[in-house]
Amino acid sequence: MRPRAGSMAAGALRPGEFLIETLIRVLGFSTVGFVLLIFLFLAREGIPAFFEVPASNLFGQRWYPTYGMFGTLPLLLGSILVTVFAVLIALPLGVATAVFVREVAPRWAREVLKPLIEVLAGIPSVVLGFFGMTLLAPFVREVLGAPTGLTAFTGALLLAYMSLPTMISVADDALDAVPRSYRDASLAMGATHWQTIWRVVVPAARSGVLTAVMLGMGRAIGETMAVMMVTGNAARLPRGLDALFRPVRTMTATIAAEMGEVARGSAHFHALFAIGIVLFVLTFLINLAAARSIFARRRRGGLR
Amino acid sequence: MNRRLVQRLGFILLGLVALIVVLPILLVVGAIVVRGIGAINWEFLSSMPRAGMKEGGILPAIVGTLMLTLGTALAAVPIGVGGAIYLAEYARDTALTRAIRLAILNLAGVPSIVYGLFGLGIFVLFLRFGTSVLAGSLTLAIMTLPVIISTAEEALRSVPADFRTVSASLGGTRWQAIRAIVLPQALPGIITGIILGLLRAAGETAPILFTAAAFFLPRIPRSPFEQTMALPYHLYVISTQVPGMPARVQYGTALVLLALVLSLNVVASLIRRRFRRKRQW
Repeated sequence: MRPRAGSMAAGALRPGEFLIETLIRVLGFSTVGFVLLIFLFLAREGIPAFFEVPASNLFGQRWYPTYGMFGTLPLLLGSILVTVFAVLIALPLGVATAVFVREVAPRWAREVLKPLIEVLAGIPSVVLGFFGMTLLAPFVREVLGAPTGLTAFTGALLLAYMSLPTMISVADDALDAVPRSYRDASLAMGATHWQTIWRVVVPAARSGVLTAVMLGMGRAIGETMAVMMVTGNAARLPRGLDALFRPVRTMTATIAAEMGEVARGSAHFHALFAIGIVLFVLTFLINLAAARSIFARRRRGGLR
Repeated sequence: MNRRLVQRLGFILLGLVALIVVLPILLVVGAIVVRGIGAINWEFLSSMPRAGMKEGGILPAIVGTLMLTLGTALAAVPIGVGGAIYLAEYARDTALTRAIRLAILNLAGVPSIVYGLFGLGIFVLFLRFGTSVLAGSLTLAIMTLPVIISTAEEALRSVPADFRTVSASLGGTRWQAIRAIVLPQALPGIITGIILGLLRAAGETAPILFTAAAFFLPRIPRSPFEQTMALPYHLYVISTQVPGMPARVQYGTALVLLALVLSLNVVASLIRRRFRRKRQW
């Protein structure tokens, strides 16, 4: 607890200061207000969809809004397909890079790697999408021999790279939090540095690695522009694993692509907001789970 | 010594993975610089687009992005820094404080396209700002808040508690301590956070899709109630919506956007580095 300076000099509180402190309090609470507003306005425009469109249609397999078919299943599965594969690609790369940077790399390599990863975090998603369209997609097409390079796989690859900075930095923090004594004890018992890393340090940091996966997943499922530009945007139900190498359509891309052309107040308009509600709730749950594992790690006394 | 060999091979493997992670970053930046640099000249940066955006420059997109970023700063900086002061200096561990932290966590995780929907619902339609610089800036500002609040709070917390105690012992009020001592000490950290938040806003497309961005509008907006072109959206338009677009113009636009964002990134890390070196506590 920091010393409460104000209470010592409470008598000297000037009228101007009272105003400023009240303002600061209001600003402090404002974030709660913004979250409520977001939910309120998504609900205001999205809830009507559940009355205008029968549930069997809304949870159906066909998304053809011009024919009144609002089946969100292909979009939901499209998002899940791309996100899951992005995480599967990013997890080994992210953990290995974090281990390399924190435990193995010489100082010069660390000084080069960290700023480069920061650069990746700063590249706008539309620029990565543009790169994906013009250079990555033709490459994927050639390698796979597929009719098009704009596939779920291309999207997953791009998303994996976009979630790497988050994953690496969270995993890096988790490795940093493993006490030095763990390493010393392992090395003193004759284990090599390599064995210490994989049998002591990484297992001790596993909750942090889980957090990294969660945050990476939250980032991937909400990503819009890059995904829209490289996945080919076909709202087809992904069936089986070969769907990975076909075009898909995610929830985010659907909103971005269709909202501009839709009549305000129509069932289509409301359905797009309803998809927004699903995204809002989904990312909130993922981030909440990530935060819980951070708190759980703090509570466990052993670390730090 | 078999395990020594395993270790050596393992370390080499880890190094290779790190290389796999880093090389595409160099590839992306390199490809855009090499292919885009030829398009960059004074005309490209300072004139209006012509001939269906295939010729001429991207001035309105550049100015639009600068206006949106300025608007974002005007709205997000006071709210974000104020919120950070509250959390770092006033808030105690109550249920309300935990609700604020949960809200910030939630705001940080909301997908950018959902911010776009929210901005459309509240600013464009409900408050009747229309598709405008104002609506886009406010949408981007709320998206930027969590970045500014968390970095500013961290900067404020890194100022030692002793500084506040000394101020109080001299008869200063809490606000006097914050204004005269804590804020100036934390300023470089706060500015770094603001830049990081703003560069994210400058590069975002999804939140401005339905709140501010114009497909083609070859003039500079004269008031915050007009819509505008913007660099990220322009790049999206010319790479997906306009057939037969010369690659030179696409890469040139991508390069301008990338240069804007990365140079802000460099400024932020320079401030941070300088600050760390000068700090005496």
